[in-house]
Amino acid sequence: MARITMREAISQALMEEMDRDPAVFILGEEVGVWGGTYAVTKGFYDKYGPQRVKDTPIAENAILGAAIGAAMVGQRPIAELMTINFAFSAMDYVVNQAPKLRYMFGGQFKVPMVIRAVGGGGRQLGATHSQTPDAIFAHFPGLIVVSPGTPADAKGLLKSAIRSDDPVLFIEHATMYQVRGEVPEGEHLEPIGKSKIQRPGKDVTIVTYCKGLELSMKAADQLAKEGIEVEIVDLRTLRPLDMEPVLESFKKTNRAVVVEEGWKSYGVGAEVVSRMYEEAFDYADAPILRVAQKEVPLPYNRTLEQAALPQVPDIVAAVKEVLK
Amino acid sequence: MDKQKLLQMYYEMVLIRRVEERGAELYQAGKIGGFMHLYIGQEAVSTGLIAAREPRDRVITAYRDHGVALNCGISANEVMAELLGKITGMSKGKGGSMHMASVEKNMWGGHAIVGGHLPIAAGLALGDQYAGNDNITICMFGDGATNIGYFHEALNLSKIWNLRVLWVCENNQYGMGTAVERASAVDEIRQKADGYGMKSDRVDGMDVIKVYEAAQKAIQYVRETSQPYLLEAVTYRFRGHSMGDPERYRQQDEVKKWQENDPIGIFRAYLLKHQVATESELNALDDQAQADTDKAVEFAEASPEPGLEELFKDIYVD
Repeated sequence: MARITMREAISQALMEEMDRDPAVFILGEEVGVWGGTYAVTKGFYDKYGPQRVKDTPIAENAILGAAIGAAMVGQRPIAELMTINFAFSAMDYVVNQAPKLRYMFGGQFKVPMVIRAVGGGGRQLGATHSQTPDAIFAHFPGLIVVSPGTPADAKGLLKSAIRSDDPVLFIEHATMYQVRGEVPEGEHLEPIGKSKIQRPGKDVTIVTYCKGLELSMKAADQLAKEGIEVEIVDLRTLRPLDMEPVLESFKKTNRAVVVEEGWKSYGVGAEVVSRMYEEAFDYADAPILRVAQKEVPLPYNRTLEQAALPQVPDIVAAVKEVLK
Repeated sequence: MDKQKLLQMYYEMVLIRRVEERGAELYQAGKIGGFMHLYIGQEAVSTGLIAAREPRDRVITAYRDHGVALNCGISANEVMAELLGKITGMSKGKGGSMHMASVEKNMWGGHAIVGGHLPIAAGLALGDQYAGNDNITICMFGDGATNIGYFHEALNLSKIWNLRVLWVCENNQYGMGTAVERASAVDEIRQKADGYGMKSDRVDGMDVIKVYEAAQKAIQYVRETSQPYLLEAVTYRFRGHSMGDPERYRQQDEVKKWQENDPIGIFRAYLLKHQVATESELNALDDQAQADTDKAVEFAEASPEPGLEELFKDIYVD
């Protein structure tokens, strides 16, 4: 196992799948000659050429529509959205076309495509480029929504996403490309739709994913010094949502905090907490708390932006609150 | 064109007319729900176009899709069953009037979001280009779809990527109730191709022979040059935009004037004038279309509803 960055892990997954299956190709804004705005596809253009690494116009409807069409006739396109915020320009394809074509035509079509999209705040990009709107997309049956929190999961889940016969929205985080972790070399597949215990503990359960995992791990380290053992469940896939490990952990700890970077209202936490109450109400020794983004459009100013985003001390405080 | 092919086209046009007339009755009787957009008056466009394609060429269209489905070879039984929401419909009753498709017949839907299928059409052609074949994608849409962003993104992409798409605008004069001149910056939709350096043509969409010839020329161009092409067919829908349209936006005189140019009447006169067929041969085809429509209604009425187990089927492949 090598210790590599999230960027390298994603890159590796893409390259391995392109080498494995000639039907896999990439299209998107600046994925080719530029090498990807986040440098994930650096070197791909030279290796695979313009037929398999296709630079597109700045036209999200064209990008996603073309990917869907090509997928319907048997190719396996990976469409990159420069940021997830641009998905709103082509919302029709993400939520209204890709997830519905199979069902609406009685199972006649398959749409084996991946939409890679970068989300998240913390880079001072202003309100329209910094969002974590994952919950919106997870609302729609027919779409698979994956958002990894470690390099190993990023590789394993992306490879599974590319092999999936269903449309997958694969959400990466703009501030996590340099995060390092142990990643198996070569074939490494992680199952879509399976949550995972990323850190075992007995006192309190933190349910989280993506950036929230990074923050929660740090919070857990701090809390460990005070003798509090946190168990962290990483959702990894938002739809279909796997509640089993969450419920199992909660039934053991009886206390829980849900951490997400998006807004609290109608968010991932709202869904997870509801299900915990519906399915394990009797196990709760304290109200389940949510740590999430403040209910404001993200500001440019660094101090204000950081004040709006969930932080490690917020998680530490919430854990202590549920332990009271 | 040989006689057999011409008579097949005539039969299909009459079949579309009969199936839709019965569809309208069944809608009014409450047996068909949702939105239903009739193709009556426009039969020559789809019939001429699809007669000019090879079976390997893909077809994709908007929600006014019953005629296109029949021309592509989907049976009247399946069309009627889908309208009635039965399990025997091609989309198992889950798609309805606006969502008819058949992979086997190379008919890729039936799409209900105005303009939404145009980038998808570019994608079908991209898939073929990527596979290295010279199949064509024929993408049909209304005049209203040419004012929305999808149209422009899709035409631009098809041009810069040399995609084999034949874009076919069925200009039936109205996007719902808004006349073309009230919604489009240019009166002739074909002019929009100029902005993309794309070849185009404008054809009388009430005359199936003219449509066929224009389509043949366009298809040959697209296949040989690997360039997209925009064909505008000028046509008219005799019925409202959808069932229940009060038609306040047009005068009955105008409708009558167009109805005098009924595409079936025009084609029938052509076939007789050129002695392709006799009155009795054509009457026999009329009877055949009527009988096939009656059988389709019987089949659809007798077919079972989808069971509740269908509710959760086909959301995902895996």
